[in-house]
Amino acid sequence: MSTIGYESWAVDLADVGAIYPFQGSEVLMVILGVAFWIGWHRIQFVREAEHLENAKKRAIDHERIQESVERY
Amino acid sequence: MDGNLNALTTVFTEFYYWVTVVFMFLIHVGFCMYEVGASRRRNHMHTLMKNVMVIPLVTVTFYFFGWWIYWAFPMFPFFGGLDLEAGAANLPWAETMGPNAADRITGVFWAAFLLFSWTAASIVSGSVIERIRSSALWVHAVLIGSVWWIIDAAWGWHYGGWMVKYLGYHDAYASGVIHAIAGGYALGVIMVLGPRIGKFASDGTPRDIPPHNPWMLTIGVFLIYTGFWGFYAACNVPIISPEGIDGQITGTTWTATNIYLAPTSLSGITFNFLMSLSGGLMAAYVMSRGDAFWTFSGGLAGVITASAGNDLYHPVQAMLIAAVGVVIVYKLHFWVERKFKLDDAVGAVAVHGYSGVVGLIISGFVLWGVPSSPYEGYAAINPIGQILGAVIMFFVLGFLPGYIVAKLQASAGVLRIPEEVELEGLDYAEHHAYEEAKQEIIEADKAHLASKIAPAE
Repeated sequence: MSTIGYESWAVDLADVGAIYPFQGSEVLMVILGVAFWIGWHRIQFVREAEHLENAKKRAIDHERIQESVERY
Repeated sequence: MDGNLNALTTVFTEFYYWVTVVFMFLIHVGFCMYEVGASRRRNHMHTLMKNVMVIPLVTVTFYFFGWWIYWAFPMFPFFGGLDLEAGAANLPWAETMGPNAADRITGVFWAAFLLFSWTAASIVSGSVIERIRSSALWVHAVLIGSVWWIIDAAWGWHYGGWMVKYLGYHDAYASGVIHAIAGGYALGVIMVLGPRIGKFASDGTPRDIPPHNPWMLTIGVFLIYTGFWGFYAACNVPIISPEGIDGQITGTTWTATNIYLAPTSLSGITFNFLMSLSGGLMAAYVMSRGDAFWTFSGGLAGVITASAGNDLYHPVQAMLIAAVGVVIVYKLHFWVERKFKLDDAVGAVAVHGYSGVVGLIISGFVLWGVPSSPYEGYAAINPIGQILGAVIMFFVLGFLPGYIVAKLQASAGVLRIPEEVELEGLDYAEHHAYEEAKQEIIEADKAHLASKIAPAE
């Protein structure tokens, strides 16, 4: 058993195509990859919203805002 | 060089490795910038010099004996004696170790390996900043750069190495042979060296010691990414015929190969380098909640995790493996820091060491049964071989030598700088000299002004 379909390199490379593991599962792999990407956006959106909400609450202190503005 | 095709191939290969060496120089530039950016202002010059002097010290020792080790040690000492015949052409007094019209590859191949040696030493250098004596670090640099890593390369990164032949060890872009060993070595040293003053509160809670210049640190990591491209290319043989390999491959189709002379392509590893970099960056951003230091380092950790199998992975596999590795490595770093009170100043043990180990183990499962070599009689890639390989790299050839040598240095009182100097800063002498020189030239200019130039009316 070999995950790439070749158990030895005793082959003519002219006859060899893909050499990555789990050939035939490309669509499944892409679905997993896309889920990772979409999941990343979801997590990032939620966390940034929380962060900005907290920052907004802190921003009620005008003196602190002025300090930040002057710091440039 | 008989025939035009042979001449063209040889000169192309010579030029190919030469270009990779130039690219890889950027890794060291990046490490220097990263270390200086991470250190505090009072330690700049010493931090820089500590890493810069790794270059000449590792270079000369790698010329004198490191390169010979690679060719003489593939089966030594467990499965045969020293290969003196292969080693002979790589001794410093051999005719091939200089300009030679009959040999166009030794110098550039030596240099490619040498740049890996600098990297191994530089990884250790980062974790120990602001408290190790330069003299102590430079001994470690020579040992990791010209002895220990090149022994592991002979065993597990040589087409005839015993780990490849009997364990089916596979580590195409050096998860283990560079990163796990250097991370393990750094761990051994920092266990003896101890943390920087102030790193841990009295109740043992770790404090963050922020980099003095995050922008320098950022450029440093990006230069390391850039150099990593050269590193990936340098781990390949760019073009070779089946008869040149002289293994089991039949037919007449030429190919690029990995370090074990098994087929891969520059196209495939380009996909995988970028996808694993991306997986690492994305996972690290989430794990660290957008911390710049860990996000950038996570990109590196992602590539390192996927590197063992990046010659064969599908790009989506490379991305996901990188992401999984980063999650494990990030958690492990903070657990070890809290549990054992270890101060790894730049996260080198985690980014290089843990990533390397995790990458080797994952590759054993994903590449299970894949031929490790084009030659007959070699074990196939398998999880046990990769786990044993990870232990040999991280613990046996990395951690143990680092720990033992650091212990010897500590007992001789030559490992750590005095507390007073650590607090005042390693650059205190340069600082005083700078202030005195500045004062002197200001006084001289003022005296010249007073005596020679009349004030305006």
